[in-house]
Amino acid sequence: MLLIRCPYCGLRDESEFSCGGEADIARPLEPEKLSDAEWADYVFMRTNTKGRFKEQWVHTHGCGRWFTLVRHTVSHEHGETGVFGGVAPEADG
Amino acid sequence: MSGPQFRLSAGGRIDRAAALGFSFNGESFTGYAGDTLASALLAYGAFPLARSFKYHRPRGIYAAGAEEPNALVQLESGARSQPNLRATQIELYSGLNASSVNAWPSVDFDLMRVNDWLSPLFPSGFYYKTFMGAGIGTGRWWKLFEPFIRRAAGFGRAPAGPDPDRYERMNAHCDVLVVGGGPAGLSAALAAANRGSRVILADEQAEPGGDLLAGDRGIDGAPAMDWTATAMETLGAAPDVTVLTRTTVAGLYDDNFATALESVGERFGPDAPAHLPRLRLWRIRARQIVLATGAHERPYAFANNDTPGVMLGNAVRHYAGRYAVVPGRQVLLGTNNDSAYRTALLLAQAGIAVTLADARESPPAALAEAVRSAGIVLETGCAITAVAGDRRIRGAKIAPVRADGEIAGSPRPVDADLVGVSGGWNPALHLASHRGARPVWNEAPACFVPDDLSALGVRVAGAVTGAGALAECLEQGYAAGRDAARAAGRTKRIRKPVLKTDDGAAGAPIRPLWAVAGRRPGDRRGKAFVDLQNDVTAKDVALAARENYRSVEHLKRYTTLGMGTDQGKTANVTGLALMGMETGRSPDAVGTTTFRPPYTPIPFGALAGRDRGALFDPVRETPMFDWHAANGAVFEDVGQWKRPYAYRRAGESLEQAIDREVSAVRNAVGIMDASTLGKIDLKGPDVVTLLNRVYTNDWETLKVGRARYGLMCHEDGMIFDDGVTARLADDHYVMTTTTGNAATVLNWLELWLQTEWPDLRVFATSVTEAWATATVAGPEARKLVSDLDGDIDWSDEAFPHMAIRNGAILGAPARIFRVSFSGEASYEINVPAHYGLALWQALIGGGATPYGTEAMHVLRAEKGFIIVGQETDGTVTPQDVGMGWAVSKRKDFIGKRSYSRPDTARPDRKHLVGLLPLDSGTVLPEGGQIVNDPSQEPPVTMLGHVTSSYRSPSLNGGFALALLKNGRNRTGDTVHVLKLDEGADAARVVDPVFYDRDGGRLRG
Repeated sequence: MLLIRCPYCGLRDESEFSCGGEADIARPLEPEKLSDAEWADYVFMRTNTKGRFKEQWVHTHGCGRWFTLVRHTVSHEHGETGVFGGVAPEADG
Repeated sequence: MSGPQFRLSAGGRIDRAAALGFSFNGESFTGYAGDTLASALLAYGAFPLARSFKYHRPRGIYAAGAEEPNALVQLESGARSQPNLRATQIELYSGLNASSVNAWPSVDFDLMRVNDWLSPLFPSGFYYKTFMGAGIGTGRWWKLFEPFIRRAAGFGRAPAGPDPDRYERMNAHCDVLVVGGGPAGLSAALAAANRGSRVILADEQAEPGGDLLAGDRGIDGAPAMDWTATAMETLGAAPDVTVLTRTTVAGLYDDNFATALESVGERFGPDAPAHLPRLRLWRIRARQIVLATGAHERPYAFANNDTPGVMLGNAVRHYAGRYAVVPGRQVLLGTNNDSAYRTALLLAQAGIAVTLADARESPPAALAEAVRSAGIVLETGCAITAVAGDRRIRGAKIAPVRADGEIAGSPRPVDADLVGVSGGWNPALHLASHRGARPVWNEAPACFVPDDLSALGVRVAGAVTGAGALAECLEQGYAAGRDAARAAGRTKRIRKPVLKTDDGAAGAPIRPLWAVAGRRPGDRRGKAFVDLQNDVTAKDVALAARENYRSVEHLKRYTTLGMGTDQGKTANVTGLALMGMETGRSPDAVGTTTFRPPYTPIPFGALAGRDRGALFDPVRETPMFDWHAANGAVFEDVGQWKRPYAYRRAGESLEQAIDREVSAVRNAVGIMDASTLGKIDLKGPDVVTLLNRVYTNDWETLKVGRARYGLMCHEDGMIFDDGVTARLADDHYVMTTTTGNAATVLNWLELWLQTEWPDLRVFATSVTEAWATATVAGPEARKLVSDLDGDIDWSDEAFPHMAIRNGAILGAPARIFRVSFSGEASYEINVPAHYGLALWQALIGGGATPYGTEAMHVLRAEKGFIIVGQETDGTVTPQDVGMGWAVSKRKDFIGKRSYSRPDTARPDRKHLVGLLPLDSGTVLPEGGQIVNDPSQEPPVTMLGHVTSSYRSPSLNGGFALALLKNGRNRTGDTVHVLKLDEGADAARVVDPVFYDRDGGRLRG
């Protein structure tokens, strides 16, 4: 079980979090201008990285905030976190 | 059974003043406090107490710890019974009652022994070759024989009833977790504790000491157990040290999370004090871990090496030294390394006749001199080739052997009734392996050791590293404990202890030896077992190699080597080394299978802990729950909620109750507890923008005081929730969701608000439990609510359909939605939760009939209203269910672009339709597949399925909603719905709205 550093709350057990898959899948600003293939790529396709992978996680049983986490998909080593749309406060722990 | 004649008259760590009576296979025995079941039984001799898995050969106790492959027993009976426990790890208690497993009808006379005599017919892969392969053709034979084979292979029996015991779970954190309480582990714990670390020391035995418990080692000129006692005192006095005895660390996981199983009440048996749980599962998060897990002795194989009385050499030492039991008068020890010399000396001191056969030509001179002067017969350059006997040993043979294990001279007989065999040591690297350690072959001790894990905060110390000398174990333990503490941030400097051990002069290297003969197809000397638990012989490994199952993973699956409850603790390395010999590879080129948690089996009860029965999952009840329960409600689970399914009156069937409730709503007035609907409070200037993006329809035009139905879809265009959202003020809305999806919808909104649109100023708050909701529906609904004490103008003009009003009812602040899921005029009255019961009772007092979820389902289905999750399953668009009217053409929203994808835009997708059975007495089966022609030869063309089906008192017959391919263009057609068993019901395709199609009753 991973020990994840929530940017808002500090170190917490993985069981408090949910993984939301690949991070930085931006919603197209003008979907109607996309081809079917481009739209399908946005909706259905995700990279299946072997190695360091940027994911989005949410501290479900905690602060409820989404953040990004870089995790190695083979070794589970993880570290670098990031926040959406702002700056995280100083987290303790 | 004669008395405990094999108990030595003195010595051991048993309490001879505390005699304990117990029974095994119905016979009575006596042991002492401090015994295990195994040691107490061995005091009566090395008799058979188990039958082997495949051949049903008699087996006896083989080891002294967790690695025991043979002595699996069923402990206690009835609901408390536990199968397949290792007799070597069961602490004896008064009245203990155990029996053999895998013996039929009894361990002394087992009919399945026929498998042994017929064994040429049962080679490795027998079942697959015979029953699955092409030889007999189809799997027909397997079906015929499987029940017999499964019974014949059974291990233990499941308990007879629900587990009456209690299990606990404990969470703990520490700087340093030390696994193993032998010399290395104690040394590590002392070093870490001295630095001021928070330490947890877990040891699987009743008392720490590990190898020192045999009692024949010395530290600083005193018995080593004196040092252990002092160490335990020091740790006990340290402020932040927790010592967990009888605690097996079962698994290590990411970021140094460990699970450990502590035996608490179990050692007292069924009469354990009531306040004690049987087992306690520890969940430990450690900054740093020291693994001092020791090593398991491995045997080498020889003919009939499974005869009861053949044991691991070091097990013989431990039974003699710790339990004062030597189950033989003449002991033959076979070894290829130094460790058996201590065993020989300990036995000789106890007055036992010992022959020591060392496969090495020149053992260390000091050891040879020591054993010879103790009167031990030392045979060098010789290995055990066979033992004679079936149920007990009647002699053995030794002979010189070549490097490949083949016999190099004529075997000589040796008188023996107990045989101890040592083929070297396998570090217990299971836990290191859980953390990703790669086993590395180490030539000198001829064993696999874990590679370096210190970057992950895991260190190894003691015999797990391949270390043999006590001084080395103490040194490594100290260094690992010190380094772990430092890595955990404890930098206090401490003085390194200097300890003098009795290791003696430097020893001689091991001579690797895996199997003595027994590998060639023509060898008739008797089976030479590699894996005792799975009855895998040296010959089986050779066969696997010949048939090209050479990868270690194939070897395992083809022969079953290393499977079962012991997971090959004594067998794996020998098996893969033999495979290496067969295929000309070194053991590390063969490689190892992966160790996975748990290290030893964990009962399900311990994993479940208190999460069982009523505590398995939270139960959510509405404020009106007690009233429902007192008034005949039959409940159904919707998510975690308990919702009334129907209210049964005396003498009424469930169907009659549902009919009565439906009729009450259609003809008078009914009330339903709708408190479980999800309610999300939305506040902020950008709520309308959010609604426009997450709902398929348009929200710009919704005025304050009005409500609107909306469909929510994923980006793939498929419906995932629906509900009514009302505008309370310019920047204040309340969204309702389906009962089961409340949390999911809130998470969905938060996902988008936080990750994609952080610029939107919206607060979303769950207020589901803040409100109690009563839905009042029916032609007399308005009359009923108008009679309530309050300040609301209920007239149709002042309070039309799809309007909301705030006011006071019965003195409580109320929020009322005039919306309808039944097709009747309907008011959803929300009051603060603690007023819910009062509101409910007032409505009942006014003459309303309570109705449950099933009547609600019938009412809404008659109107063709969908239920998300029933009519939809993640593959259904709004257009599919005929709700294209709720999909905006003007704006973008989540999912919109998907409606122009070719598959989503197809005109012949599955559409929501109504079905009327041609025989109105029929209720079509929900989930039933729809076909055009039920007599079509398979594969039958499937056209869709029935999503909802009920009997309607209003329609006086069965009716259904269904998803049917091209359904909207098939109105009037007859289709057939397959039944689960056989046959089909014919039904006509109709419009999905069965009742009040123009909606006049809504405004009633």
